[in-house]
Amino acid sequence: MENEVVLLDLWASMYGMRVRIALAEKGIKYEYIEEDIWNKSDLLLQMNPVHKKVPVLIHKGKPICESLIAVQYIDEVWNDRSPLLPSDPYQRSQARFWADYVDKKIYDLAKKVWARKGEEQEAGKKEFIEALQLLEAELGDKPFFGGDKLGFVDISLVTFYSWFYAVETIGNFSIESECPKFISWAKRCLQKESVANTLPNSERVYEFLLDAKKRLGIE
Amino acid sequence: MAKSEVKLLGAWPSPFVLRARIALNIKSVDYEFLEETFQPKSQLLLQSNPVYKKIPVLIHENKPICESLIIVQYVDDVWSSGRPSILPADPYDRAIARFWATYVDDKLFPAMKSIAGAKGEEERKRLIKEVEEGLALLEDAFNKITSKGNNKLFFGGDQIGYLDIAFGSLLGWLRVTEITTGVKLFDQVNTPGLVNWAERFCAHAAVKDVMPHTHKLLEFAKTLMTKLAPI
Repeated sequence: MENEVVLLDLWASMYGMRVRIALAEKGIKYEYIEEDIWNKSDLLLQMNPVHKKVPVLIHKGKPICESLIAVQYIDEVWNDRSPLLPSDPYQRSQARFWADYVDKKIYDLAKKVWARKGEEQEAGKKEFIEALQLLEAELGDKPFFGGDKLGFVDISLVTFYSWFYAVETIGNFSIESECPKFISWAKRCLQKESVANTLPNSERVYEFLLDAKKRLGIE
Repeated sequence: MAKSEVKLLGAWPSPFVLRARIALNIKSVDYEFLEETFQPKSQLLLQSNPVYKKIPVLIHENKPICESLIIVQYVDDVWSSGRPSILPADPYDRAIARFWATYVDDKLFPAMKSIAGAKGEEERKRLIKEVEEGLALLEDAFNKITSKGNNKLFFGGDQIGYLDIAFGSLLGWLRVTEITTGVKLFDQVNTPGLVNWAERFCAHAAVKDVMPHTHKLLEFAKTLMTKLAPI
């Protein structure tokens, strides 16, 4: 039943995109509800009272918050198809480690680039590139972090690619020139329907970010 | 299983190391505990955790696993048959346990840790309030989770589980914080569920021999503060 699975989300959220990709990989039909994050709905406040953030996956009326927790939940419930996490415990621990690394680093470092100026921004650019290069090293020669197919780490990371144009434009630098391998991996992911149908247009994201900066009072 | 096949690199005061120890105890896994020396960080630490250079690091069959909650899940995955489970069986219960464990790491622990270094009374009060609010949320979560089943002993049911480990590992440091701030964070009026849970947790067979004594942590904290104090 379609409304058995509901996703409260924001089209530009790289966290929400992770859940959408996971649902698409599993072929799960769901109801998508666009949240106005500048004017949060009662539903959101009810479903995620602790953080009041999207995405929130709602399954049979029960909320699951935090994108990577939701992705794992999807993998565990719909465990009869397209596994997102490896079955080997060690590989699984490594997948969790790198997805957690993405969560700890990528957003904050990207924000240093789009929200700061001068020296702070320069430092942000350097650290952001270094983080991507560390991920490139971890990818190695594999087509995906998940090996031959898209996995947990790919899903947790590729969604940030939709924000690269915005970050590059504001930061006035080229990510591809420093991290060509990362970009070719991202484009490989985009050949997958689940990713291609989820990632929004980069220019739209840039407009969204400019608007967000204004609303948040960031120069 | 040979004891040296499983090594845990850690330090006795660390609540994160404690999580790994409790998990290994629940599974009755023999392991070699290696106390990290720091100043400087050992070669083993730098090699086995090059990304963060932090403890704990579990080394199993010469392969390192880093990040305490990832270690706990790994231990649960590897030593699964014939031993108590750490994560709940139901996917929704797992999501809830993970949610609150993440909350402890992302919100509760950083707030608690920052109290000692707070600049001024206002910031100190704000952080203490944040910790109190966090504990109130966990009290509420405890009541919700335990009201579902017949066993009201732990977040994990009749045995300690993932969230018990994630949160319970902080109890020593929460007590130290109560002593150093003079503020009772846990009490029978506001958090009766947690007060009783904490007692049971600390008395649990998998916990009692590895949980550091509060007075030792307090001594350690005082030494740290002296070292970090501006000259």
